[in-house]
Amino acid sequence: MLNQTNNNLIVSASPHIRDMESIPKIMWGVVLSLIPAGIAGVFVFGYYCFYVVFLSCITAVVTEIFILSLRKLPVLNTIKDGSAVVTGILLAYTLPPGVPWYVPVVGSFFAIAIVKHAFGGLGNNIWNPALAARAFLQVAYPVIINSDWRTLEQHGAGKLFHNIAKVDADGKLVDAITRATPLAKEAGADMYNFAQLFVGNIPGCIGETSAIALLLGGAYLIYKRYIKWYVPACYIATVFIMVLILPSKAETAWAKNPFYHIFAGGLLLGAFFMATDMVTTPLTKKGLIIFAAGAGMLTVLIRFYSGYPEGVCYAILLMNTATPLIDRFTKPRLYGAKLRKGTECKKG
Amino acid sequence: MSFVKSGLKYRTFAGGIHPLDDGKALTRNKREITAPLPKTVYLFMSQHIGAPAKPLVKKGDIVRKGQLIGELQGFISANVHASISGKVVDVTNLPLPTTGVKSPAVIIERTEEDLWVDGANVISDIDSISPGEIRKCIQSAGIVGLGGATFPTHVKLSPPKDKIIDTVVMNGAECEPYLTCDYHLMLDKPQEIILGLKLAMKCIGCKKAHIGIESNKEDVYRLFKNILADESDIKVDLMEVKYPQGAEHQLIKALLDREFKPTQLPLEVGAVVINVGTAFAIYEAVKFRRPLIQRLVTVTGDGVENPQNFMVRLGTPVKQLLEEAKISTNISKVIFGGPMMGIAQSNLDTAVTVKGTGGILVLKGAKQWESHACIRCGRCIDSCPYGLNPSELSITCEAKEFALALENNVMECKECGCCTYVCPAKRPIVHLIKFAKAEIAKQTAQRTVQSQQK
Repeated sequence: MLNQTNNNLIVSASPHIRDMESIPKIMWGVVLSLIPAGIAGVFVFGYYCFYVVFLSCITAVVTEIFILSLRKLPVLNTIKDGSAVVTGILLAYTLPPGVPWYVPVVGSFFAIAIVKHAFGGLGNNIWNPALAARAFLQVAYPVIINSDWRTLEQHGAGKLFHNIAKVDADGKLVDAITRATPLAKEAGADMYNFAQLFVGNIPGCIGETSAIALLLGGAYLIYKRYIKWYVPACYIATVFIMVLILPSKAETAWAKNPFYHIFAGGLLLGAFFMATDMVTTPLTKKGLIIFAAGAGMLTVLIRFYSGYPEGVCYAILLMNTATPLIDRFTKPRLYGAKLRKGTECKKG
Repeated sequence: MSFVKSGLKYRTFAGGIHPLDDGKALTRNKREITAPLPKTVYLFMSQHIGAPAKPLVKKGDIVRKGQLIGELQGFISANVHASISGKVVDVTNLPLPTTGVKSPAVIIERTEEDLWVDGANVISDIDSISPGEIRKCIQSAGIVGLGGATFPTHVKLSPPKDKIIDTVVMNGAECEPYLTCDYHLMLDKPQEIILGLKLAMKCIGCKKAHIGIESNKEDVYRLFKNILADESDIKVDLMEVKYPQGAEHQLIKALLDREFKPTQLPLEVGAVVINVGTAFAIYEAVKFRRPLIQRLVTVTGDGVENPQNFMVRLGTPVKQLLEEAKISTNISKVIFGGPMMGIAQSNLDTAVTVKGTGGILVLKGAKQWESHACIRCGRCIDSCPYGLNPSELSITCEAKEFALALENNVMECKECGCCTYVCPAKRPIVHLIKFAKAEIAKQTAQRTVQSQQK
């Protein structure tokens, strides 16, 4: 009986049991957590947004397959891990709802081919692929990304899911949702109340519109321990404090209102889904807190003192760049290392 | 549970892991049973850390149970005794189940009645015994650390004169998943274990002791607490159920709140750690002059139909134990020890129990994980009880950047396996670190040789 089994015993180094978590589980968990924000986006801006997200994901996956076969790496297993889909969704979520179809396609290709694979693929990229691609698109298509918040009709989008609240008494679509972003600095720009900000009844990028949907997804990720709670907490807290203490040149009524800064714009999307990206952020708790605080400070500095209304994207990208440096200065303390110094002192 | 309800937190350390299913339920209610006497035993001369013992017998000799057949060599070494009575059929080199390296072993076939050799199994007075005599008994009985490290116990109980030991810490944690042999030993022999602990304290000349038991063994805790009700110098405490709670550093952190570097010994912080199994062996050796010839072994896992805690003679072929536990036909892995630090066996024909074998884990359908690039999630860092950066170490070791690995304290790794257990990319971190450590040792040895030649 034993002889039959003797020859095929597996020999491997310890440990012989492993945790259930795996990269695919984490990545598909992130995809799941992003769904509420997507639904909110489609509900507020119309189903054209769904095409944008879909196109972005498909391009990401196709690009991933293409690059993996170029690099002669296993294709199927890597596709199944879901990391390309996460990048696709995140990129689409940072785009205005009415972007022409080629914008998510170009962006997704750039994210996967250049930002991710040119630096070595999943685990080796320096910048968050979705954010770096958005920064690229901002330079490549400044009009579309920054200021062109045209009505959905102009892009040929349908009205299937448009918000009932947006239809006035005559059944005519009110174009409030397609005006400048809530963070626009020009005097006289629209201000939105907190109920609007919270539910998502505001213009903005596809994924950042509904605070409640983003918080729901973030809570799920924290519950599953796929992200660390103190990263978004520290990021948001830093923004809160910086808005309070820094003088703002803007003349808008909300310029010094920290709650407005948290709920309007891409802060929640960035804090829960971008600043928590494992690959491009520091390893240790101390490092992550420095990262989140740095991103928070840069966000407010950009929002207050630069030409851009929004600072989340560049803030996180800049902190991604600083990650190796942060890692170097926040190495974990070797167990018992302090004690050795103490005993040396005693002896000396 | 009463502790949880009353809001008291158990003692523990930072880091570590606990699997959802720790497999202990398989053998938790399996009381000790004596395994049938083996027909043949294979006794390795190197069942401990340190120099191998020197064989004292030759082919054809008749030996009796408890007879010294291997004599310790040098300071860090241990005696080996015959575990059955019979004829020496050969003295030869066989692959050690712990390392796979060929090592001298004495093969004994059972031909005689199972009787102790003269001088062993005699009751002696343990109240008036001197520390020196205790140490001599332990040394001649060939006792080593039975928690798995197999460090010769008489050496451990002879600390250098400049180190003052104030506490003997006894490990009743049994933090390795699946294993329950220490649990059953504590359940059945609490009095004997405590007497063994007291002998160890007397041997070192220290007044205090601290026993740590994981909170999943509350029945044992209460048992010890009752026995020690009048003794204020021996404390018993419950600890959190977490691997590696029973490792020296984590045990001392939890019980005494003292820290020392991974490569340092507990005596740096005035402590000596012994396992409950070792304490029991000390008692047997001093009270009855019985050398270490048997131990409790948990045979468990989904690959055996009848998991058991066997009292096993040293050198028993593993096949025999597995047949006793009704091994399944389609097993894929046999592990000596627990699943976290145990050693996978390649050949069941040559695998025999040694002093450090606390468990034999048989798994069906053991997985082989495909490893991926590190995604820098940081779980390994959170789980590392020694404050290392396993993520970076695994990458530098994989790239054979040994200088960088050294800079990042690769030699301080105790290979507990927590990092590898939690890794979602399924990176073989411990494997890579073991490889780097071996390579670094090789390079250092070469360099020493070269510098000597110059």
